Amino acid sequence: MTQLALVIDLNVCVGCHACVTSCKQWNTSGWAGPMVDENPYGADPTGTFFNRVQTFEVGHYPTTETVHFPKSCLHCEDPPCVPVCPTGASYKREDNGVVLVDYDKCIGCKYCAWACPYGVRELDAQQKVMKKCTLCIDRITDQTLPEAERQPACVLACPTNARLYGDVHDPDSEVSVAIRERGGYALMPEWGTRPANHYLPRRKTRMHVSAEELQRADNPLTKEDLTVYTGEETLDDVTW
Amino acid sequence: MHPALSVILLTTLIGAGQGLFLALVTGQVYAAIRLIAPQGTEFYAGGSALALGLLLAGLGASFFHLGRPERAWRAASMWRTSWLSREVIVLPATMAMVFLYSFWHWLGWTQPLFVIGEGGLPVDATLIFGLVGTVLSFALYVCTAMIYTSVKFLEEWASPYTIANFILLGLASGFMLAAAYAAWLGIGLVAFFGTWAVIFTLLGLVTRGAALLRNANLKHRSSLQTAIGVRHRVIEQRSQGFTAGSFNTREFFHHRSPEFFTRMRLVFLVLVFPVPVLLILLSYALASTTLPVVAFAAQYAGLLVERWYFFAEAKHPQNLYYQSVA
Repeated sequence: MTQLALVIDLNVCVGCHACVTSCKQWNTSGWAGPMVDENPYGADPTGTFFNRVQTFEVGHYPTTETVHFPKSCLHCEDPPCVPVCPTGASYKREDNGVVLVDYDKCIGCKYCAWACPYGVRELDAQQKVMKKCTLCIDRITDQTLPEAERQPACVLACPTNARLYGDVHDPDSEVSVAIRERGGYALMPEWGTRPANHYLPRRKTRMHVSAEELQRADNPLTKEDLTVYTGEETLDDVTW
Repeated sequence: MHPALSVILLTTLIGAGQGLFLALVTGQVYAAIRLIAPQGTEFYAGGSALALGLLLAGLGASFFHLGRPERAWRAASMWRTSWLSREVIVLPATMAMVFLYSFWHWLGWTQPLFVIGEGGLPVDATLIFGLVGTVLSFALYVCTAMIYTSVKFLEEWASPYTIANFILLGLASGFMLAAAYAAWLGIGLVAFFGTWAVIFTLLGLVTRGAALLRNANLKHRSSLQTAIGVRHRVIEQRSQGFTAGSFNTREFFHHRSPEFFTRMRLVFLVLVFPVPVLLILLSYALASTTLPVVAFAAQYAGLLVERWYFFAEAKHPQNLYYQSVA
């Protein structure tokens, strides 16, 4: 079974919002569109977005760290938004695990949005149906596109390559290796939704050197050494 | 959560409608086994027509909640998994049974079909409709409540108290309305319905009070730490990604001050529980025909506030992502 997903590397995300705008551009003019904007140049603009970049500050000044946090549908493996839908408009694709909304069946009751702990579903203000990230289903399944372009718009747009895309069920895929080897984690694991999207944590390039690595504590010869040292070289210095 | 007027009206109107229907069936069963004075068929026909009116009004209100009401018929399809879909099926089924009950009474087709026991309970078609409707009414209470109870991360809702409250507060308002209806017609069943209304109101006070206590001490499982997956005690949002409003900032919060919120709790605790109970007791003492109507009106107004509070109280974990605009 295939489960397509994104892996977002918080270590390299610079919070530029290129994924937000490219998502909006692609999807508003594509299969999932339009993503309606209301009052875009007025005092109180509002609109539909599938992807947002948020910013958090961790710690107290001066030891703070800024975390830019892109947030879109996590395409949960056990999506709570799907079983609650009364019409079957909200569904998870069998072949690739992408969670989608059938706009022709949606009645706009908003129950799925209530049932999503991550807040990634938005009711379109004019079409009055629920909208969400489609993982650019119209790009990734389009066989007429060159293979390199069969990726979500946000992934192609990211200038720092913070967004990886692939099959998280294939243990050898780039995303699976990244999750496994770089500490990939899921959001709000307490609800058992098993998000397919994962996040890679911030990392520090630091060398951890413990005292034992500088001073050999377990030299077996010290057990047999009867010398009383008065500042000269010890066994540790000569038998390292 | 943002309390939507359409859903507040839906849940309170059908709750009272089901309760009124259950009150009438209870009265009919009591009369059939000669515990209370029997009533003419027009009493049941009129009362259940009123119940049907409330159910219809609730159904009508629910359409205003939908973005695409013209597709509402589709909502019956996913009954295997969705409590909302189950409610969409059980509500019209209940209404059909209430209609049959009312129509048969109106036509006076109440000749017993058979009698259970020697000189015992005569069973006519209306009693059968009434009993089927009773089962459906309780199923409808459960469906309505489970829509909220089943969303496990809305922890204020995800408790058996929610189901108990929907049932007991619906029954209380329905029996209160039955008492008001009997008083309005000058029928001597005010004490019968009123007593049950007081019992359900007091039981409702116990479960609603327990829910309030539980929620006051609730520790939410989600935090900003689990929301973004950073293990640090101090995390502060600097930007939610946009400066204006969005569905996320509108739909999941009541947008009222904490003072307003606590005042609403006081209002419903007074209007739903002590006021109607005292009015019913007073009407019993004064043999008043209007006080039970006032009691129902007060309780129903209180239930509107109660339902507002129910929605406003639930803290959706998605709000963790929308703590600071910029």
